[in-house]
Amino acid sequence: MIGTRPILEVKDLVVEYGSADGPVRAVDRVSLEVAPGEFLGIVGESGCGKSTLLFAIARLLSPPAEIVSGEVRFEGSDMVTLDEEELRAIRWRRYSVVMQSAMNALNPVLTIGAQLKDAILAHEEMSSRKLRARSQEVLRLVGIDPIHLDSFPHQLSGGMRQRSMIAMALVFEPELVIMDEPTSALDVVAQRSLMLQIKELQRKIGFAAIFVTHDMSLVSHFSDRLAVMYAGQVMEIGSTRKVFADPKHPYSVGLMASFPSIRGPLQPLTGIPGSPPDLAHPPGGCRFHPRCPRVMTQCRTIEPPFYERDDVQIRCLLYADGA
Amino acid sequence: MSYLLRRLEFFAITLWAALTVNFLLPRLMPGSPAEAMLVRFHGRVSPQTVKAMEIALGVHSDQNIVQQYFEYLGNTFTGNLGVSLTFFPTSVAKVVMLALPWSLGLVGTATIIAFILGTLVGMLAAWRRGGIFDAILPPVLIIISAFPYFWIALFCLLLFSLTLNWFPLGFAYDLTSSINLSWDFIGQVVSHAFLPALTIVITSIGGWILTMRNTMITTLAEDYVKMARAKGLSPLRIMLQYAGRNAILPNLTGFAMSLGFVISGAILVEIVFNYPGLGFMLLQAVNGEDFALMQALFLLITVAVLVAVLIADVLTAWLDPRTREAT
Repeated sequence: MIGTRPILEVKDLVVEYGSADGPVRAVDRVSLEVAPGEFLGIVGESGCGKSTLLFAIARLLSPPAEIVSGEVRFEGSDMVTLDEEELRAIRWRRYSVVMQSAMNALNPVLTIGAQLKDAILAHEEMSSRKLRARSQEVLRLVGIDPIHLDSFPHQLSGGMRQRSMIAMALVFEPELVIMDEPTSALDVVAQRSLMLQIKELQRKIGFAAIFVTHDMSLVSHFSDRLAVMYAGQVMEIGSTRKVFADPKHPYSVGLMASFPSIRGPLQPLTGIPGSPPDLAHPPGGCRFHPRCPRVMTQCRTIEPPFYERDDVQIRCLLYADGA
Repeated sequence: MSYLLRRLEFFAITLWAALTVNFLLPRLMPGSPAEAMLVRFHGRVSPQTVKAMEIALGVHSDQNIVQQYFEYLGNTFTGNLGVSLTFFPTSVAKVVMLALPWSLGLVGTATIIAFILGTLVGMLAAWRRGGIFDAILPPVLIIISAFPYFWIALFCLLLFSLTLNWFPLGFAYDLTSSINLSWDFIGQVVSHAFLPALTIVITSIGGWILTMRNTMITTLAEDYVKMARAKGLSPLRIMLQYAGRNAILPNLTGFAMSLGFVISGAILVEIVFNYPGLGFMLLQAVNGEDFALMQALFLLITVAVLVAVLIADVLTAWLDPRTREAT
């Protein structure tokens, strides 16, 4: 399923928010790759820069956020250097976006059908009959009665809104779908059914997906690979199975210990003491060292590079020189 | 549909309340219109004449207040608003009908133009926030808005009428011609209305720019605008259908209120330009202690505001699907 050439390559991407007391670096030298058809999960606490990273990749940042350096190679071209006009040509057709809360991401004054039509007509001339047929088809794809093409967003339930947004995102069968916590506004049951549906659509259509969430248990079942972010940096990245079975970075270990497992013995939840650092003044050395249970003296001064263990990349000095 | 029904219900109730207040207020004041008229004749009138005058002016001192109230309601709805003292013996309804079209035409058109222009400028300023357009136009127009109506009006007269001689000095049309539907007459009306309209537009546009720019900036930060960008829509479509259409909703009620005040709001402009509208007439009514005319004008202003708010409700229902159904 996973091809050899990645369709998305992010290299040393840096995003900063301008502020009165200097820039705040929300995304710090992040590199990652997504293969065709691959499902990459990005997890981390609130404010770790995961959504900023997503919107930077999609080139949807608005001031004061700004890409300072780095590359986002998508199908051969560097998205960072494209202008708005060039971006418009590939947006939605080649990659689409699903946002956190469909209540706010759907225009309240236009019907679902009208918003779908907008997206289609922005990229393709289509007769109104064909357009109607195509719209009905994608709604059916996500299990919504096409009658709701004439519904306004406020007339639909949260789950239906979220699914109609996914329908919109798939209307051109793009190679990449970027999802920012698409399930976080839903209850657990609706979350699971939506995730199953996304997974099935992915199998059917074959798009690659980047999926941001703070819900580890959700991502564990659905992603192929997992990136753990902390304070704007990727701390650990590798196959989901491996990261889950044997988390290596102390932060990943802490995250795993922060939610209960349904099967297995009852264990007290430990969580991670402390709170994420202020990104305007990140701690020196490893950013996680003030909260790290296994902190060493060199962690305070040396910023760890990535070390590879068992096909998993870890940004932690514990894994230096084969220790 | 039920939304509009509820708005209509509200309209009916407030209209009734306004009518009732309008009935009670003059009756709480000492004296009567007949006595006011007596003063004009320096009191040298017989009691019979007073009685005759009371009947002519619609004052029935022998009726109890409930009877008077129902008679007043009946008269109001049949358009019998009494006789004007200033333009005696013309009926108030007739006097008002003579002035109403001029005010509606001038102030109404000017208010609509100011709202549309102000909204467009505010929208563009927010869209290109921090650009040259945003840095210059809104502040300048907002400062101009702070000038008093009459000052701008006098300045316009001085510059465009007296010095440059581009526009006539005052009134609604050339005094030598009579009202007719020829192109020549329409041209006169437009050139006479231009300066007063300009005054109203430049003094009220700043407020619309400010409110639209503010709501537009809030709306531009909404997820659905980001989503529209992600969809690759054209910037014009995003600005109008996604940001603008949502941003304009809170401003509609304010617009309706100002439309309602069209009738009373331009008194100063009408006075400076000697324009035969309702504001000018209200001034005359006050100077002449013409209670019937004043009462009719106040009633008209109230009704105009109510009707305008109703129109805003209809507009909102049309633009915002969320208000259409009762929840």
